Amino acid sequence: MMNLTRLAQSLSKGLVRAAAALALGFAAARAADFTPAIIYDMGGKFDRSFNQSAYEGAEKFKKDTGLAYREFEITNAAQREQAMVQLARRGAQIILSTGFTQASAVEKAAKQFPNLKFVIIDAVVDLPNVQSINFREQESSFLCGMAAAMISKTGKVGFVGGMDIPLIRKFALGYAEGAKYVNPKAEVFQNMTGTTPAAWNDPTKGAELAKSQFGRGADVVFHAAGATGLGVMQAAKDAGKLSIGCDSNQNYLHPGSVLTSAVKRVDVAVYEAFTAAKNGTWKPGQLMLGLKENGVDFSLDEHNRKLITPGMEAKLKQAKADIISGKLKVSEYRAQ
Amino acid sequence: METYTVIVLTLAATLRVATPLVIAALAGMFSERAGVIALGLEGMMLGAAFSAAAVSAVSGSAWLGLGAGIATAVALASLLAFATVTHRGNQVVAAMAVNIMVSGLGPTLALAWFGLGGQTPQLNEVAQRFTAFAWPWSQTAREHPLPGLLYAELLSGHNLIVYLTVALLPASAWLLYRTRFGLRLRAVGENPHAVDTAGISVNSLRYQAVLICGALCGVAGTYLSTAASAGFTRDMTAGKGYLALAALIFGKWKPYPTLGACLLFAFTDALAARLQGVALPLVGVIPVQFILALPYVLTVLLLAGFVGKAVAPAAIGVPYSKEK
Repeated sequence: MMNLTRLAQSLSKGLVRAAAALALGFAAARAADFTPAIIYDMGGKFDRSFNQSAYEGAEKFKKDTGLAYREFEITNAAQREQAMVQLARRGAQIILSTGFTQASAVEKAAKQFPNLKFVIIDAVVDLPNVQSINFREQESSFLCGMAAAMISKTGKVGFVGGMDIPLIRKFALGYAEGAKYVNPKAEVFQNMTGTTPAAWNDPTKGAELAKSQFGRGADVVFHAAGATGLGVMQAAKDAGKLSIGCDSNQNYLHPGSVLTSAVKRVDVAVYEAFTAAKNGTWKPGQLMLGLKENGVDFSLDEHNRKLITPGMEAKLKQAKADIISGKLKVSEYRAQ
Repeated sequence: METYTVIVLTLAATLRVATPLVIAALAGMFSERAGVIALGLEGMMLGAAFSAAAVSAVSGSAWLGLGAGIATAVALASLLAFATVTHRGNQVVAAMAVNIMVSGLGPTLALAWFGLGGQTPQLNEVAQRFTAFAWPWSQTAREHPLPGLLYAELLSGHNLIVYLTVALLPASAWLLYRTRFGLRLRAVGENPHAVDTAGISVNSLRYQAVLICGALCGVAGTYLSTAASAGFTRDMTAGKGYLALAALIFGKWKPYPTLGACLLFAFTDALAARLQGVALPLVGVIPVQFILALPYVLTVLLLAGFVGKAVAPAAIGVPYSKEK
């Protein structure tokens, strides 16, 4: 009788151990096939701007870890939810979506899959399994506005936005403030390309808007318009004017005609979100990245070295330091 | 003076925006007057835009790009003609099939050939594009605003295709209304049986009409990717083919009224770009949303109120067969 109970005990212990080992095995297997996923917004993976920056972050993650990631390019609004659910079903552990237009889809999918991790860039989704990453774009835009006003001969500078949304207004406001900080009399022309997501992908319209601003006397134009901005920069080059790139470092596109770029390190955000999820240190909540966190900056490289004089550079660096220390305040655009 | 400058610049922009619309609408006119619905304008333009940019990027010559653009659009047109004229297929379905096919095929081929995510490389060399050129003395003329600015901005400073379009319009009108070919082409869209009875091949005429339509769409598409912008991007026609078709109906299938419709669409578009953020007398700054909706509002108002009944060619959309 004693023996029997002992046997049973040891058996059950063994079973528990086996189960634990099995569970561990599963966990190990899971870590091995960690699959992150990324969903690009309209404008496409190769917009040489916002989405491309995200793509570069994901590529870096793939290169460093050897882990493949899944991806999806949204080409029309109806695909968002389907794409997210598909990726979740196919075993992605973390799904990162770029662009504010994906917020409602992320919210729905995050509720449907409470055990999965979601990341959204450029929007806030307040759920326990969502990380929202935002940038203080107004800070880099401010520096670009300063650079534009410093180099402008006419005292008139332009801004071409993509879709008319608070985020793009944020760029515009920071840019205008920066221009006026240098030259209080500076005139800033603002244009938005459209009110639908198609506004991120209309280079012809972008070029037309830029030409209209040159016609009114602007000699530097800043775009925050995704692939539409390619048209803006082309128009600036054709007209012998200057342009300012956005999100990715776009100085290389037309060397000598691109004054600088308002860089937004979406690539770093993507890379870190994936790495944290892989290492188990990922946390939901809100993340705000600005000049201080190296989340945004203006770009200076061999392509625009000749345009930014040492005097301009010193002023820009000073303003950057002042913004970081809080001495110089840049207002943030808030939707009413 | 400021207002005057803005007006002149807006008119110059109108010409640039109207150019692809006018060419595409003329293309549609040939096809529709012969009785074949021109819903494929969008696809043929997009196909041409893609191959023009691709060939120009590889060869370094905008002229080769133009040739490739026209060849592609003509190939697509002959596919359409084969389906709808020879095999009497449904014209709407065939045209939509071409549109959808091209919208997918362009980015796919671009991805396979260039690996840039469905775009062609940027056309940075001057020879790869039809760039604007200034007429003699336009810089000097600029200093004397009243006739000078008009000369410098409105007449000078456009690219070759814009000027070509100016010649294309009277040429098309002449071809349609002043030649035997034009008379037959119009007749085949109104009463193909009569044309057939006269011993002229209906199918051959319709083939010719659709191929002319294709060639013109080739020019319009080339304009989009190598003149107005520098490279092909996904769905870059952005509905211009459909807009041209609307202008054609708006213009009652006649060359000069159609030109008027195209200019109107282009003008509202150019105006929308310039009115944003500008304070107008009396009303102040108008919200962006309203400005962006202006072209559509104007179109609806004009279509609803100011244009009489538009009568389409009688035999449009009806495949021809001798028996019926």
